[in-house]
Amino acid sequence: MTLEKVLRQRRDAGRKLLLPYVTGGLMGWQDAIRAAAANGADAVEVGIPFSDPVMDGPVIQQASERALDAGATPVNVLEGIRRLDAGIPVAVMTYYNPVFRAGDERFARSLADAGVAAAIVPDLPLEESGPWCAAADAAGIETVMLAAPTAPDERLPRICARARGFVYAVGLLGVTGERARLAESAVTMARRLKAVTDVPVIVGVGVSDAAQAAVAVRTADGVIQGASVVRRLMEGGPDAVGNYVAEVRAAIDEETR
Amino acid sequence: MAEPSPEGRFGEFGGRFVPETLIPACLELEAAFREAWADPAFRTELDDALRDYAGRPSPLTVCDNLSEQLGLRLLLKREDLNHTGSHKINNVLGQALLARRMGKHRLVAETGAGQHGVATATAAALLGMECAVYMGDVDVDRQALNVFRMKLLGAQVFPVSSGSRTLKDAVNEALRDWVATVESTHYCIGSVMGPHPYPWMVRELQRVIGDEARRQCRELTGADPDVVVACVGGGSNAAGIFSGFVDTAARLVGTEAAGGAAIGRGVPGVVHGMKSYLMQDEYGQVLEAHSISAGLDYPGIGPEHSHLWASGRATYEAVTDAEVIDAFQLLARTEGIIPALEPAHALAWVTREAAALAGQTVLVNLSGRGDKDVAQMMDVLGA
Repeated sequence: MTLEKVLRQRRDAGRKLLLPYVTGGLMGWQDAIRAAAANGADAVEVGIPFSDPVMDGPVIQQASERALDAGATPVNVLEGIRRLDAGIPVAVMTYYNPVFRAGDERFARSLADAGVAAAIVPDLPLEESGPWCAAADAAGIETVMLAAPTAPDERLPRICARARGFVYAVGLLGVTGERARLAESAVTMARRLKAVTDVPVIVGVGVSDAAQAAVAVRTADGVIQGASVVRRLMEGGPDAVGNYVAEVRAAIDEETR
Repeated sequence: MAEPSPEGRFGEFGGRFVPETLIPACLELEAAFREAWADPAFRTELDDALRDYAGRPSPLTVCDNLSEQLGLRLLLKREDLNHTGSHKINNVLGQALLARRMGKHRLVAETGAGQHGVATATAAALLGMECAVYMGDVDVDRQALNVFRMKLLGAQVFPVSSGSRTLKDAVNEALRDWVATVESTHYCIGSVMGPHPYPWMVRELQRVIGDEARRQCRELTGADPDVVVACVGGGSNAAGIFSGFVDTAARLVGTEAAGGAAIGRGVPGVVHGMKSYLMQDEYGQVLEAHSISAGLDYPGIGPEHSHLWASGRATYEAVTDAEVIDAFQLLARTEGIIPALEPAHALAWVTREAAALAGQTVLVNLSGRGDKDVAQMMDVLGA
């Protein structure tokens, strides 16, 4: 079953969606994914670390650097995903250069071979996404598109039309990282997208804790938890990730009661 | 040189590979630049600033002593004599005036050697704008003088401690700033790099170098030079001077730092918003550049240079730090001109190839002066 089908079914059954992000190759990353799956994650986003992550703030930058220093490559991260067997769909997030270096078609096939459902490439906007999307479609990989608060209204339907899996609503103007409160733009962005698409709308970037996630899912179909998860993995290991995912799960479930 | 395609491509290179958040800003900037560039009032405003504030036109100097020593005719386009000490001011005045016209009140910039940071801080002071400059902390140390100049000019300087801690990482951090501040801020990119329209816009703003040099060469020698040489990091001074000669018979040569040779050691890749030659490993991780010159310490190159190389119109040659150190001293002693380490790469190539260039007229873009490098060279030379 595709990522989009899984997310739609669960959403349509009244569930709010939770997608933790884990940097692949970081110490304990596979156990962290298993812990997240066991504690209520609906799917997981695995970062293939890149040397120049311009959409990421300090926490994920540091995680990427650590993973690269520990020898992470697209090949061994994908091999790790293939052996994961977490029981939930996996979306890969990486920047475009590792994809381009391998070649669009070869990279897409390597994702499919690893059992990956979807890809998120944050520096590949709509206008540049053609060659990758063609290769991904052919390999059965769903390409998640991002929508940002700066987009004029006319742009959103075009982004949603190309989105597979889900639409990634960028919650604020800025890079990934934890903030003290949820930006108003996160709710606005989710509302604007919900008005134009039936594809699941998941808010990421700046949704920083269980309370913020609960507010976000009043409008959005779900949330991505990135820096908050990665920081816990670096500070407390996989168990800390499991506990945190359980906490967020409980908070967003509370919103659907 | 021609305008890129509507998608911002020079041949297969260029494009707009940036986070979705920045796409509307890139589109808005392209529209604003097209409109301003076609507006005689804007062109007059910029020309006046270049003349009365920056000191243009810059002279063309015939180097009699070094010409005789090398057995060729050496001409220098003296961008070192501009206000702030390099060609960077040409681009920055244009972008700052454009930013003001677009209603932006804050400039953000990356800098390697500090010359672009100083130029941006200068324009911000002149136009009453806020200015934030990102600089790798390795460069903050080796270019302390320029850091202090930026602060004197009222800019905030943010040392960058991620990655290789040099120009590449300063660009990353400037992009991250812009993603968060795009509504009030203009990202004043310092070279012919980044997402469309920057590579084209910055080349257009630097073509004043080539236009002047072509006229000056013809007045002085009655002909175009045989060879035009410029150093290339991102490649803005080279793009500027090449644009004056691309339609002549002149041979165009870009000189890369051996440790930062995107064309010499790279393959096509995508980083910092553009598809271009890039030093990277087999998995697409960007490699760290290493050069004595902070301004050329960059693993990529502007997309139009990749196209000029792929199409055979220009060649790109690597020179070593040791050759650069020799050329730096040679120009000082023979001509009384202390060059910046960046254009010393162009001189180093001319010196190395002098026998093959015998009797030819060689135009070098002396893109900046060496004051900023003197402290570093005291260490290098053990003075």
